[in-house]
Amino acid sequence: MGKTIMTVDDSSSVRQMVSFTLKDAGYSVVEAADGKDALQKLQGQVDMIITDLNMPNMDGIELIKNVRATSGYKFIPIVMLTTESQDEKKQEGKKAGASGWIVKPFKPPQILSVVQKLLK
Amino acid sequence: MNSQMMSDKEQMQQAFLEEAGDLLPELEAALLELDNAPSEPELINRVFRALHTIKGSGSMFGFEEVADFTHEVENAFELVRCGEMAVSKELLDLTFRAKDQIQLMLQDSAAKDSQGVQEILESVRELLPVKKQEAGESPKQEKQSQTSRENLAYRIRFKPDQNILAMGTDPMMLLDELRELGQAYVIAHSEDIPALEKLDPEKCFVWWDVILITTQGKNAIHDVFIFVEEDSELSIQIVDHVSGYGQEEGYRKLGEILTERGDLSRQDLEAALGSQKRVGELLVQAGLVSRTQVESALAEQQTMRRVQEDCSKDVSASSVRVPALKLDELVNLVGELVIAQSKLSRMVGDDGNMALRSIAEEIERLSDELRDNTLGIRMLPIGSSFGKFRRVVRDLCSQKGKEIELVTEGADTELDKTVIERINDPLVHLLRNSIDHGIESPEERAKLGKPRQGTITFSAAQSGGNVILTISDDGRGMDSERIKAKALEKGIISQGDELGQRELLNLIFQPGFSTSTEISDISGRGVGMDVVRKNISALRGSVDAESIPGEGSTIRISLPLTLAIIDGLQVRVGEQHFIIPLSVVGECIELEGNAQRGEANWDFVRLRDQLIPYISLRKFFEVQGEAGSIEQVVVVDTGEKLMGLVVDEVLGQQQTVIKNLSRVYQHIREVSGATILGDGSIALILDVSRLGEMAAG
Repeated sequence: MGKTIMTVDDSSSVRQMVSFTLKDAGYSVVEAADGKDALQKLQGQVDMIITDLNMPNMDGIELIKNVRATSGYKFIPIVMLTTESQDEKKQEGKKAGASGWIVKPFKPPQILSVVQKLLK
Repeated sequence: MNSQMMSDKEQMQQAFLEEAGDLLPELEAALLELDNAPSEPELINRVFRALHTIKGSGSMFGFEEVADFTHEVENAFELVRCGEMAVSKELLDLTFRAKDQIQLMLQDSAAKDSQGVQEILESVRELLPVKKQEAGESPKQEKQSQTSRENLAYRIRFKPDQNILAMGTDPMMLLDELRELGQAYVIAHSEDIPALEKLDPEKCFVWWDVILITTQGKNAIHDVFIFVEEDSELSIQIVDHVSGYGQEEGYRKLGEILTERGDLSRQDLEAALGSQKRVGELLVQAGLVSRTQVESALAEQQTMRRVQEDCSKDVSASSVRVPALKLDELVNLVGELVIAQSKLSRMVGDDGNMALRSIAEEIERLSDELRDNTLGIRMLPIGSSFGKFRRVVRDLCSQKGKEIELVTEGADTELDKTVIERINDPLVHLLRNSIDHGIESPEERAKLGKPRQGTITFSAAQSGGNVILTISDDGRGMDSERIKAKALEKGIISQGDELGQRELLNLIFQPGFSTSTEISDISGRGVGMDVVRKNISALRGSVDAESIPGEGSTIRISLPLTLAIIDGLQVRVGEQHFIIPLSVVGECIELEGNAQRGEANWDFVRLRDQLIPYISLRKFFEVQGEAGSIEQVVVVDTGEKLMGLVVDEVLGQQQTVIKNLSRVYQHIREVSGATILGDGSIALILDVSRLGEMAAG
């Protein structure tokens, strides 16, 4: 069964890169431009979320909290995109319920290995 | 797949450029507003976000310079965001300039070297309150070290955070991942699960002890738990080197395991041991440990005992140490057998006895297998030399003030042990060349925008009957113009010679060639490369150079897997037989009608539209008697040129077991060894490249 992954990022190029990489590996991908957009699109089959932290309208932390409070998505893996200098944010994200993180900048194989680790 | 990825990459780069086209005006707009309201947090955030995205995406899509540049400007705004720095007129001015600079850099990658970048960065750095510049630098990631091949047993205790499920992590998957690393024995502890009325089904109360036997390092195990390590109770201990040796008494006693795990103190154990019941029973009765803890420890004991039994069986069956001398002897004997067998085949071939022939064929098959197996034993992994190479790199680096990392690949690739012994020196020489001439000094590299640390990659891989070794560096590369000029100056080539890029580069292997202007005590005397090539040719290998100026050079060496037995072409001159290694033979033609007298020592034979110099083996080795009316020419490639060898008759291809000549004859350089023919007579094996030199000289 094909798994569906949602990628949330205000940068369209990052979304495209994540999306290309995942589609290439056989996943279905839903794209969202920020937390708000992501919550609206969160319905039906979504098996995993990859989200940036720094976004307008609703940031990644808020999004994680909201997803964890949404029935049906309470236990899905959520991966946050962080940068080296954002250690505090990372802790905040974890507290909000993130399953893991990918440090930016990253290359396609890194996304895949994290996705494969969390989504079996 | 690869070209698909490439076009994806280009597409993504395009996407980034389009996005940057939106972001830069947004950055400008935010900056303008910020100019009016310098302490408005939302505006600061907008600026920061734009910079952040340009940086993050830039480095992902191959705009490293843009990313590095933006990173520093972003740093300043990070400080502003944290309230450690105020938005000043200077900062805004600089950011405006930075925005223009980014735009320039994206439009034209040549702009990356421009002065503006440095100026802006220096001014930005001056604005920073403290030395924060380096704060955001990512630590250099260590290249993954080679995993040890040794089997280790780990005792892993994993007590996840009770909320682990709510973090989207399934602990079962982690255990599955452990199982992928090696043999895992999992013992679940259920004693913390509360009574049903108090049970929260969304929490995880179970924890696990795992005994994992794996060749992967501890880091690989930590990687499994990377996302949950901080919140969980996790301990990873090495229990034992799993080996069959020195463990006569079997695995540890139960009490020892419990104390080692910290479940029980030594005193309590000793006190309990005073009585005579089974330790586990006693300890549980005394309430010192729980029943599951005992069971888990017992499981470890059993597992380890079983594993050790398996291993000791494996070890005794799988490896025996034998002195190399015995191996050489065995190879010699097998060689003799192959010869004896070919005598037998020859005898039987002449005879019509069917029964005898079938026996001869069976012996032929067996001796072939025996030969292959025996030669297989002599194969050693090339990784055994890597330690030496690392040392060379390390020593030379400190001597020359360079920073170089040696990356090795294909340590498992096997080569005949004689080949390994004899290729060592040439390889070390090539490494030294890379360090001395290839990799620039750290300062120079920094100036060129390369990482300060240079990389030399040494890789080995098998390809058919050959092993390909490559040494490549990311240094300055070879300058083919300089090589050409030098070769002209040294008279190695003449003005009219038209040489391709590859031929030009391979001039470095010519005797007396060196382009390095200063002679260092490591290399650069111009004696090195031709010796390297000679040594490699002596192993019947070949060497080839490639280079991209400014990006580095690659030297490729191809070596035969084994030296003991080769395919040879057997030829006859008078009563004498010679073997020419088949690997150098191009073709055979008739001399009659193609010959032309040339100057000095050389005569020429016409091969299609080419004149090829030839020597007569009859003359060269002073074989008695006159040649027959039809002579044949074997065209060989000496690595430098084509050359003809005139013989009376080409007898055909033959498996040749190489015998070394005795010390007395070692000075005869044109002969690399001898072999015994099926009829018991001896044939000399010709070293073609040396033969060419001798005839020319």
